[in-house]
Formats: sequence, structure tokens, C-alpha cells
Amino acid sequence: MKITVLVKQVPDTEEERRLDPATGLLDRDGSESVADEINERALEVALRYKDANKGSEIVVLTLGPAAAVQALRKALSMGADSAVHVVDERLKGADIAVTAAVLAAAVQRTGFDLVLAGNESTDGRGGVVPAMVAEHLGLPLLSSLNTVELTAETVSGEVSVEAGSLAVSAALPAIVSVTERSAEARFPNFKGIMTAKRKPLATLTLADLGLDAGAGSGISTVLTISERPARTAGKKIVDDGTAAAELAGFLAAGRLI
Amino acid sequence: MFELNEDQQALVAMVRDFATGALAPHAAKWDETKHFPVDVLAEAGALGMGGIYVREKFGGSGLTRSDAVMIFEELAKADPTIAAYISIHNMVVWMIDTFGNDEQRAQWVPQLASMEALGSYCLTEPGAGSDAAALSTKAARDGDDYVLNGVKQFISGAGSSSFYIVMARTADTGNRGITAIVVPANTPGLSFGANEKKMGWNAQPTRQVVFENVRVPVTNRLGEEGSGFGIAMKGLNGGRINMGACSLGGGQTALDKSVAYLKERQAFGGPLINQQSLLFQLADMETELVTARTLLWRAADALDRGSPDAMKLCAMAKQVATDAGFNVANSAIQLHGGYGYLSEYGLEKIARDLRVHQILEGSNEIMRLVVGRILAGA
Repeated sequence: MKITVLVKQVPDTEEERRLDPATGLLDRDGSESVADEINERALEVALRYKDANKGSEIVVLTLGPAAAVQALRKALSMGADSAVHVVDERLKGADIAVTAAVLAAAVQRTGFDLVLAGNESTDGRGGVVPAMVAEHLGLPLLSSLNTVELTAETVSGEVSVEAGSLAVSAALPAIVSVTERSAEARFPNFKGIMTAKRKPLATLTLADLGLDAGAGSGISTVLTISERPARTAGKKIVDDGTAAAELAGFLAAGRLI
Repeated sequence: MFELNEDQQALVAMVRDFATGALAPHAAKWDETKHFPVDVLAEAGALGMGGIYVREKFGGSGLTRSDAVMIFEELAKADPTIAAYISIHNMVVWMIDTFGNDEQRAQWVPQLASMEALGSYCLTEPGAGSDAAALSTKAARDGDDYVLNGVKQFISGAGSSSFYIVMARTADTGNRGITAIVVPANTPGLSFGANEKKMGWNAQPTRQVVFENVRVPVTNRLGEEGSGFGIAMKGLNGGRINMGACSLGGGQTALDKSVAYLKERQAFGGPLINQQSLLFQLADMETELVTARTLLWRAADALDRGSPDAMKLCAMAKQVATDAGFNVANSAIQLHGGYGYLSEYGLEKIARDLRVHQILEGSNEIMRLVVGRILAGA
């Protein structure tokens, strides 16, 4: 089985993340970049299948600037077999639609039985890229799985929905996204880290993917961004015997209960 | 030499992730309850930490000493006690890989490198510490066996380890009569003393190891008869810089906590870090750690290159780094005032743990003796 895992390099969630007010783009120098944790869980699903089924192949794929190669190296050190990096100056600021179109072209070129991804990235949080990739490829999508069972022909799993959970399955090939409740990612071991740089890592441009020059220009345009308003003091309730009712009212008004 | 290369950055990042998640949250509890976390050590082993500078052929990670000191410093930032035990274990595995033959490597290295089995190093005796060549544990040849009798003191991991490298006397010819012998834990006649009550290092057991007519085959001997003292000393070069690295890790955490605390703690109308005398104290702590780290990396590099001055540099680095780590931890307690004295703030544990690094793997007085004797050409 050949599994392609989509990975993304994102700003570390433990640090302050900000947009550049001048460009509307992510300030990549503002914080440390790391491989998105949710992608590592998707990779873990693939690695566990490979551990049990020798001869399986795992390709990790990212679209991002030159520095995003670090996220691929991390994935290779965890045990992926090879990596594909789509990097093109024209993709700077690519929106979700462009990203999905390019990723779909890249996974098609790489070949796969299953595409695994996180259900949303910790930075953009659009949460639609896997679905858009599935649409481009005309393949079934199992979205936001908490658990994944994989056989040579099928993939199935459990999805949380408002009123409970769904058991879903699809025949391969298919696209699957996983939540942060899925398999906890392993640490790369020393041997994995030292061998990662000897594994194949291909770099592709838009031209390599047969996409025209216009593919890079986004469909959407960021008009304005604004800073998050400064925090203000919260409401203080002094208990004169009605505090419980006031608290319940506050929570209900905010649709929190 | 003074910048981490790309591989080292990735190694250190992984160790930091592991130590932050698997060690740091439990370090205080393990110290308090004297819990030796063999399950967590096995996790570390699976990541390659059981045979860091052991060749890959039998399951080691094949890294350098320079990589290792960075790894140990990172582990020690979370828990100096566990980092230090992993150092001792690595010395044992390295000795088998370096001085054993292929049969011995195949038999012992894989299970030790994965830390499914743990190792202990038995040199010190109740009556022979710094004067290691005066050790008296005997290994008498009897046909194809050695029969061991004697007592080893302050043995880390004793009672939990599966294998013990024992430095024993096979001839009454001083340091040339000492032989290294591997004794498996289940050998009849092998027993252990009580877990010692200690100032620190509570998360790893320290016991006497007692040999009463312990019989092991001659094939458990590492190297030639009489080569044990040389093996012990060569092992200690690496052990010394690792222990120095463990002190730097503990000291770095103590300094980081102090900087954060002085920024936050308000007194005399502002944060304490505005008091220049305290700021200077922080600067001195940083300078002491960086000075020590610089020398330590040089010593590790010398060991990697097999440089003739490796032994001297390792001794110097051990002394400087273990003194620096303890001094910084002790100063950090002072900077935290009364809170530094509370266990909850984690500083007194660092000081207690690092104190012993000035004593073991050759006391810091012996480090001066090593350097001095080389100077004097003796």
C-alpha cells in the first residue's frame, strides 16, 4: 500500500502567532516553525500500518516555502520513506483553493492508495483542504476520524458528531482526515533522525506539476486584517444571594450552556 | 564546533520533546517517592538513548561524544538524576561494545541498547574510592570459570540492573591485576544491600553489590586479564563529560527559572531583576555555565578525535562543569529567597542532585590530580 500524508509547517502553538499587517500574510519570522502536530498524528496512522505491513510505502507531501523542508525532514525522521516538497515563488500567499488544487495535482503525480491528512491546521484552521483535494480527485472522503482502521482494500473509522458518533468506511483509494484524538505521534529515534537526510526528497514547481502560471494567484484576496482587541477586564459578580442565577444567565446568554 | 549542526539540532529537539513530556512532569514525584522509572527508561531506549555512542551493528545509535553531551544536557534540564543514570548505563554498553568480542556484543548489546535490560558499573568498594587501583574484590580462576568474592559500594541501578560490569582483582599486581567481568543479575551468590538514603539522586537506586562465590564463565571477561583498570579509566573519560553535561542541564534550568522569577517578583517598587546586584548575579551564572559548556564541548571533541589531551580535557571539563552546575543551582535558591527552599519550586532538588556530580566519576580533587600529574609528566 502506498500512503501519502499531507504535512504542513506552522508556527509553534506555544508562542505568539501573528499576521504581518502590511501583507496580510503569516509572519513566519515571528515565531518558531514546527511540523503541525495534527499531521504527525496522520503520519502515525500511516506508520502503524507500515509497522504491521512491511512493504508499505509512506510519502509525505507539503506545499510551502523553502524552510518548510524542516517539517518534511521531521516526518522522514519519524519513518516516512520519501518526501515531496512543492515550492514555487508564485505560491506565496496561496489560499485554500489554490493549495488544494496544487496538492491534488501533486498527490496524483506521486501516486497513492490512501491520502492521510490532519482535519485542520493549527494556524489557518480552514479545515477544508482534505475535502477539496478529495473533490479534485473525485474520491471518497472520510473526514475528521478519531480512529482509523486500515486494510489493503478499505479504510474505516469513527467520527464524532453532535449527537454521538458515526462509523464510516470507504473503499480505497480514498482521502482521510484525522482529528487530534487519533493516534498519538511517536518521537523520531536517533537512527531515524540520522538517516532522514539520506531519504529521497523531491522538489516540485508549478511547472513540474503541469499547472499554468495562473495557478499560483489566489482566488481570494485579503482586503484588511485587524489586530485582536486588547483584553479587557471580565464581568465581576458580587454574591448577594443571586450570584448563581446571574452566572447561569451569563453562560446561557453566551450560549455556553 | 561551537554551533549545533542540523543533525544535532534535530537530535536535541527530539530529546527536549521527550524529556519535557516524559521526565519533567514526574521528576519531583520520583524524587519524593524514590521511584526508579524503568518503564520510562525503556521508552528512552527505544529512541536510541541506551547506546548513544555505541556502533549501530548491534543496536547502538552510532552518534558521537559531542552529540552525547548535548543529549545529556537536554535530559538533565528535565531531571538530572535520570539523565545521570542513562549516562552510567551508556558507559556500560559502550564498554561491552568497545572491549568485548563479537559473541559478547551480540549477546548483551542489543538488549542493553534498547534499555529493556539495564546495566551497572561496579568499580568503587567500601574501602577503595578515589584509590581505585587498591580494590580488593577477587576473581579467582577455577577451570573455565571465575569465582568472585567481595563488595562493591555506591552502585547505581543495583538491584534493578540485569548486567553488572565488575572490576575485580585477578592478580596482586596493583592496577595491572584488575580485570573487567560481566556478571548477570541472576547469578547465584550475587546479592544487594539496602537502597541507600541519599541527599539527592533519589530516582535511581544506589546499593552495595555483594559477591559470595559468584561463578561466571571466563567468556564473560571483557578484554584480556589485567586490562580492567585501563577499561575503567577509558570509560570514565566519557562518563566525566556526560556527568558535566548533566550538571550543565540542571544548572541551566535553575538559571532559566531564576530569570523568570526575578522578572516577575515585585519588591522595592518594581521587578527584582531591576536590582543591578541581582542582574549581575544572573550574568555571573550565565557566564559560568557558558564557560563550562565551551570547555565541555572541546573535551567531547577531543574524545571523538582520539586526541592525546582528551583525558586531561575531560578531567578539566568535569571539574569545571560540575562545579558550575552546583554553584548556579545553589545561587538560584538564594535568588528565589524563601521560595527557593521549598520543594515545590524545584530548585532545592536540582542542587541536591547536582551535589554528587562533584564527588563521583572521580571526585573534583581527583580531576586536579589527573591534570596535575599530566602537567608534571608523572
